[in-house]
Amino acid sequence: MTTTTTTSAGSAAAAADGPTGTGSLGTKVLGGLSLVAIALAVVYGLFISAPDAQLGETIRIIYMHVPTVLAAYVAFIITAVSSAMYLWKRNEFWDLLGSSSAEIGVLFFAVTIIDGALWGKVTWGVFWRWEPRLTTSAVLLIMYIGYLAVRAIPADARTRATRCSIVGLVAVVNIPIVHKAVDWWRGLHQGRTVLSTIDPEMDGTQLFAMYTSLVAGLLVFAWLLVHRFRTAYLAERAADLGLDTALAERRLEGSPATSDTSHTPTNTGAAS
Amino acid sequence: MESIVHLRAAVALIGRFPALAGADLDVDHGEIVLLRGPNGAGKTTLLRVCAGLVSVSSGTAMVLGEDLVRNRAAVRRRVGMLGHATFLYEDLTVTENIDFWARAAGATVPDGRAALDRLGVASRLWSLPVSALSAGQRRRVSFASMLCRRPELWLLDEPHAGLDSDGRDVIDDLMREAASVGATVLFASHELDRAGGVAHRSVTISGGVTVPDAESFDSVGIADLADEVAP
Amino acid sequence: MIRDAMLVAAKDLRLERRSKIGLAQVMPFAVLVLLLFAFALDPDRNILRQATPGLFWVTVLFSAVLTLQRSFGVEAEDGILDALRLSGMAPAGIYLGKVAALVVQLLALEVVLAIGVAVLYDTRFIGIPLLIGVSITATLGIAAAGAVYGALAARLRSRDTLLPLLLLPLLAPVLISATRGFEVSLERETVSGWPWAALLGIFALVYLTLGSVLFRPLLEDA
Repeated sequence: MTTTTTTSAGSAAAAADGPTGTGSLGTKVLGGLSLVAIALAVVYGLFISAPDAQLGETIRIIYMHVPTVLAAYVAFIITAVSSAMYLWKRNEFWDLLGSSSAEIGVLFFAVTIIDGALWGKVTWGVFWRWEPRLTTSAVLLIMYIGYLAVRAIPADARTRATRCSIVGLVAVVNIPIVHKAVDWWRGLHQGRTVLSTIDPEMDGTQLFAMYTSLVAGLLVFAWLLVHRFRTAYLAERAADLGLDTALAERRLEGSPATSDTSHTPTNTGAAS
Repeated sequence: MESIVHLRAAVALIGRFPALAGADLDVDHGEIVLLRGPNGAGKTTLLRVCAGLVSVSSGTAMVLGEDLVRNRAAVRRRVGMLGHATFLYEDLTVTENIDFWARAAGATVPDGRAALDRLGVASRLWSLPVSALSAGQRRRVSFASMLCRRPELWLLDEPHAGLDSDGRDVIDDLMREAASVGATVLFASHELDRAGGVAHRSVTISGGVTVPDAESFDSVGIADLADEVAP
Repeated sequence: MIRDAMLVAAKDLRLERRSKIGLAQVMPFAVLVLLLFAFALDPDRNILRQATPGLFWVTVLFSAVLTLQRSFGVEAEDGILDALRLSGMAPAGIYLGKVAALVVQLLALEVVLAIGVAVLYDTRFIGIPLLIGVSITATLGIAAAGAVYGALAARLRSRDTLLPLLLLPLLAPVLISATRGFEVSLERETVSGWPWAALLGIFALVYLTLGSVLFRPLLEDA
């Protein structure tokens, strides 16, 4: 019993010394760079770059739309890779990375759809059109909301991680298929990728604004991911702290029954 | 000879709850060991750990020579488990269930039918769906589906529960027979009188930890058991 | 593994034959949905006729969700999951067996639905090879993807709401492709329908492979 008490006291002390927030030098640098990039993107995107010949000022929405969509896809690819790695290595790191990334991906996708809808309202007068990109985004968004729903189900760490990894892989594999189906459905036969919106014949200022906003989007994504990952990691550690106490309590359950033997229950201190 | 079951300081978590909080157990070839302890002590979890169904998060767990910490699935085909659930499809008949589970485990249909006979499941019941059977009859069918696999290690969770006294005698005979042909039996029970007649020794579990029993079944007499079991 | 798959498929079909839930509940439900669409869309045959392929496949999807719930609900009770793990059968084999049984049940359902639309929506069936090609590939895809999520959701109390949420967006490309394939085959379109069947085939293949690989962790931990 003494050994166990020391261990709990030890971990309690460790917690007090542990991180009090999820920031670090790395994230401060990242955050700083993101702010700079965002500032540049805003200045160039909204003011300095030339308006489009056909669409006029409304083209400026692409400086928001394209980066968020790209970041969302990056997020889901990270989730997919993490899911596969988790199922292979069974290391908690991959599970936390995958689920954090999926959350942020859903966020970015939602933003993409909202600004796409706003653009639609301004350009075509309607909030929604069944055009390939919006439709695909809607399907993918709901798929990943499903991922979050599975994540939210109370379960032990391994079960939850396995379920989410499976959803992550099943969902990501569907992305190209959904794209193809929706493109064909709406009569589009050549692939329109996110990157093809970046026409090399764009005006210099537009090109610069585009690249800056892409960089800004990815930086913001990275910053959010690091923080979210760390929050999740700390949550797991906090839950683990209870284990030593739980072990001690569990053994105490048995004490009255074993009081007639001279032999105290063994504890895990000796093992592993 | 290396033990059939070797647990040292095994910790098994159900979620974050330590169902086993450092269990030690050694069971040798051909032994019949009784697991006793209060409700919630961890008997079922211990049996499930040995079956490779629950993972061991720390400590040592070797069953039938397989390291359960590294790969708990490897041992499953070689053990037989009788749990609280029936492990049977309610809507299928007795024979459909036995045929399926026997073949799934690599046994044959005749093996399954023979097991049903051995367990005293009347043939008029065989074409009835399991849902139409009483709890005791279902127990017998579950036992039969375990028996026909010829497992090397028997893990029985309260095998006598729900059976009439004939059924209990059959179970006891089966356990002794198993031990005599070289299988090992580990069973949890609250019925200490009856269990005492079969088990070679007992182990108590309490609060997720094992405690070797101060008393063993001297009242039965190991010599008497040895005569019956006759290796 | 193949032997295990056949064993499981036979068991599933036997279960269905015994409980008759597919026959007595899911099929009437499917026909009911056809009726509901007719009520909602006006008995003016033109609208229904134009929408038939889409309505057919939407009905198949909803019925598939019910069939999956049943197929995996059975495995979640009575400790059967433990028994399956203890049996030592190859998880991929169990998966393929369940998929095979699902395909049989869904194809039977589609035949009944086809009769339903022929009668209720006055559909004439032409372009049979394409119809069959599309049906088989679409059904394979639905069963393959459905079996993964069906197994995942099996033990959850929230499975009745979770399974459709997970599965239906995943099956969106199947719905699109199968509907378009049917439209072509019923001569509503002049383009070729086989690319749609090919896309469905790819979907089915991808998910059959993924499902076979993922079923082991699914059976163990989920």
